[in-house]
Amino acid sequence: MEDEIELKTAPADFRFPTTNQTRHCFTRYIEFHRCTIAKGEESNDCERFAKYYRALCPGEWVEKWNEQRENGTFPGPL
Amino acid sequence: MIVLKWLFLKISPCDAAEPWQLGSQDAATPIMQGIIDLHHDIFFFLILILVFVLWILVRALWHFHYKENAIPQRIVHGTTIEILRTIFPSLISMFIAIPSFALLYSMDEVVVDPAITIKAIGHQWYRTYEYSDYNSSDEQSLTFDSYMIPEEDLELGQSRLLEVDNRVVVPAKTHLRIIVTSADVPHSWAVPSSGVKCDAVPGRLNQISILVQREGVYYGQCSEICGTNHAFTSIVVEAVPRKDYGSRVSNQLIPQTGEA
Repeated sequence: MEDEIELKTAPADFRFPTTNQTRHCFTRYIEFHRCTIAKGEESNDCERFAKYYRALCPGEWVEKWNEQRENGTFPGPL
Repeated sequence: MIVLKWLFLKISPCDAAEPWQLGSQDAATPIMQGIIDLHHDIFFFLILILVFVLWILVRALWHFHYKENAIPQRIVHGTTIEILRTIFPSLISMFIAIPSFALLYSMDEVVVDPAITIKAIGHQWYRTYEYSDYNSSDEQSLTFDSYMIPEEDLELGQSRLLEVDNRVVVPAKTHLRIIVTSADVPHSWAVPSSGVKCDAVPGRLNQISILVQREGVYYGQCSEICGTNHAFTSIVVEAVPRKDYGSRVSNQLIPQTGEA
């Protein structure tokens, strides 16, 4: 592990210019999972979407959504 | 001992509330500087109006006399005065409105991409902070709870009802995105020095972008009645130089990820 970490996070998204960023987090989560479906689990192209949603979504939400996806009750369009 | 106490009482942190404080706390972000400037702008007009109204009031009282001035002058119509008293107030409200809107719209403007994202999650009655920019899986994340230090555990120099056990460490002179949300009831994340007061609503993520201009320790408190311990839910932001932030975060990440 390098000494100095890189300061980098999800960029500002023009689709979500408001204070309310709830959709931003949800959309990034969906984008990541759509990406993995399209390109396969091993693909590195999707990693940036994962970084985005992890930066934006509270851990608790991600846990809940992961559980819902396993049970097939996830409400979003995957 | 008394001298010692007196000395310590004199030392007050500039970025926390102090007894009998009248003005704002020192600005740490451009937003707070803007708020203070707007306050001074508006205060100019406030004094202007106050002096004018008092002058008219006192003059009327002074000149009225039941013997010498028994019949007050009766004016029912006057074009000049009507034009003046319409135009001047509208000019004044315009001079107040323009800087006010300029500040308001600059506040929620995200000018550049932020460098880090911090999630501030309100709980009854503590705060959880998540730093998850450096995660490589859903499980690992730099997460910690921040509780207020109770009165009996305070050390000399710490502020009552303000100090917490784990401070939020942020890099200074860096664009920050803070995502404010809550896990139970509405809370509010407020730090006066940085000019931020953002409601934490369960099920919603509110974003604020701030730029802390100087290193320091900034104190704030919960600003939305959130239950019994509302008064004991403090916020402490510690702004450190960028390189110290980097080493601090990587030090905290190593024990979590198990990487060497």
